[in-house]
Amino acid sequence: MKVLVAIKRVVDYNVKIRVKADQTGVDLANVKMSMNPFDEIGVEEAIRLKEKGVVTEIVAVSVGPKETQETIRTALAMGADRGILVNTGSQDVEPLTVAKILSAIAKAEGPQLVILGKQAIDDDCNQTGQMLAQLLGWPQGTFASKVVVEGDKAEVTREVDGGLQTVRLTLPAIVTTDLRLNEPRYASLPNIMKAKKKSIDEKTPADFGVDAAPRLKVLKVSEPAKRKGGTKVKSVQELVEKLKNEAGVI
Amino acid sequence: MAVLLIAEHDNKSLKDSTSKAMTAAIALGGPVDILVAGHSVRSVADSAAKIAGASKVLLADDPQYAHQLAENMAALILELSGKYDAILTPASPSGKNYMPRVAAALDVAQISEIVSVDAADTFTRPVYAGNAMQQVQVPSGTKRVITVRPTAFKAAELNGTAAIETIGAAKGPGTSEFVREELSKSERPELAGARVVVSGGRGMQSGENFHLLEKVADRLKAAVGASRAAVDAGFVPNDYQVGQTGKIVAPELYIAVGISGAIQHLAGMKDSKVIVAINKDEEAPIFQVADYGLVADLFKAVPELDEELKKQGY
Ligand SMILES: Cc1cc2nc3c(=O)[nH]c(=O)nc-3n(C[C@H](O)[C@H](O)[C@H](O)COP(=O)(O)OP(=O)(O)OC[C@H]3O[C@@H](n4cnc5c(N)ncnc54)[C@H](O)[C@@H]3O)c2cc1C
Ligand SMILES: Nc1ncnc2c1ncn2[C@@H]1O[C@H](COP(=O)(O)O)[C@@H](O)[C@H]1O
Repeated sequence: MKVLVAIKRVVDYNVKIRVKADQTGVDLANVKMSMNPFDEIGVEEAIRLKEKGVVTEIVAVSVGPKETQETIRTALAMGADRGILVNTGSQDVEPLTVAKILSAIAKAEGPQLVILGKQAIDDDCNQTGQMLAQLLGWPQGTFASKVVVEGDKAEVTREVDGGLQTVRLTLPAIVTTDLRLNEPRYASLPNIMKAKKKSIDEKTPADFGVDAAPRLKVLKVSEPAKRKGGTKVKSVQELVEKLKNEAGVI
Repeated sequence: MAVLLIAEHDNKSLKDSTSKAMTAAIALGGPVDILVAGHSVRSVADSAAKIAGASKVLLADDPQYAHQLAENMAALILELSGKYDAILTPASPSGKNYMPRVAAALDVAQISEIVSVDAADTFTRPVYAGNAMQQVQVPSGTKRVITVRPTAFKAAELNGTAAIETIGAAKGPGTSEFVREELSKSERPELAGARVVVSGGRGMQSGENFHLLEKVADRLKAAVGASRAAVDAGFVPNDYQVGQTGKIVAPELYIAVGISGAIQHLAGMKDSKVIVAINKDEEAPIFQVADYGLVADLFKAVPELDEELKKQGY
């Protein structure tokens, strides 16, 4: 069976971002970009399913500017078979738009499973996988910490409030990854070389009849309220005294 | 503006997050109906009816809602959606699971984890792990589909007397089924709503050592949380994780022990009223947000803290 993996190019998780002074957004000039960490986990899971013989082909899909090529190359170097870049230029795209594009690609490619991250660490939306599931009319296993495919079913263990929940989905289905699903591999040098020969199809949202214009209007992006670091205390006794008499929280 | 608020519960009791989300719902300025969907949830509906500001409670009591499967929840909410201009739910793992399906079916963008209602069409939400705040406006004439970060809103009063109206189940697609659940049992308060939270990080070194924190937590009637590193190392279950991709907490008092203070962790706790950090590395970034920092070896400081609290009658 075929698997589609959705990967997003985002500001690297180690970068401390800066809000632009004019409050129009976040300063992305010369900032290190990487694959969304949850999507690395998605690619890894697809590769493991392929290594188990469950999956025959892995297609990595990304929606974004031209530079997103690099992110797709990373997925190919990890072990994805081919890539699709949906070039949106400098346009910011919302989860609904991405879900519509992915839905069109899924209809054309006919995968049994689409794996996405649970959340992109830039917009923190946590929406795209669920939206895609609805658009396709497929079931979903979100926040997955374990995925077992058996015949035409997938058993997905999910991280929920209070612990874990396991659901059984009839394929085709959507899975979104949580952090503990697996630990993604690094691409080896030979695989990075091999990835250069793998193909990346380039498309535009219009190819899928999708209008990429955002629905929500961003009025401003501002700095969060800053917390001041407070005082250091010298002893546990002083700490308890302060919590009691100064802060009044115990 | 007619508003539908979907209640969060575990079939036994209504979660506080619902009355907090109610405050956001009321700010939209219309009559608010509350949907309670679950199995054997009459008592949950009774509690929901007491939330001040509720016009009525819609009760969908059916086995297919017992585990809040996203496919079934979305089908039910969509059936009701025609009458409402806004649909809200707390940004819990459950709400996050079904709500985007509703938005997609209605062909609208979902606004995730709002922390304020600035106008009936304008909302603020954190992005980049809370390092930036984004204010967004919904185009006029479109339905608002929103998840609410409960810690950002005060709970509505519980002196209401809304009527309860029973509604039928919607036809779910039947493509997913519940298999099992492994829930960790704890006598302690829930992380999300606790007044005091004591969290441990990689510095705790083992799950065994979390007992040191539990003793302190019990004295302060606190919930116990953890960093991702502590969860990944298997010291504690996944639902202890506080942070960008775990639980968001904002207690009166947050005590971080052996936690360095990575941005992803801060994202989940920096709105706490008072933050205490205990760390042996005086350069640890957690001290930059801590109101009270104690540079010490936790294996000495935590037992001492327990002793001191005991001495003072906690
Ligand atoms: C996509 C993504 C999402 C993430 N989401 C989250 C999230 O939701 N929540 C989260 O917490 N993290 C998250 N992380 C991980 C985060 O980046 C950090 O790796 C993690 O928070 C570190 O945990 P820690 O502070 O316990 O460990 P460390 O950074 O290893 O810090 C351990 C601290 O303990 C101190 N220490 C050690 N021994 C002692 C002692 N004896 N006494 C006192 N102090 C001691 C050390 O000085 C150090 O400061 C995420 C990462 C990614 C990439
Ligand atoms: N532009 C994009 N291109 C490809 N995949 C995306 C894109 N945006 C979001 N996704 C996928 O959807 C997941 C959740 O993103 P979000 O809903 O934005 O938090 C990500 O982890 C990706 O797997």
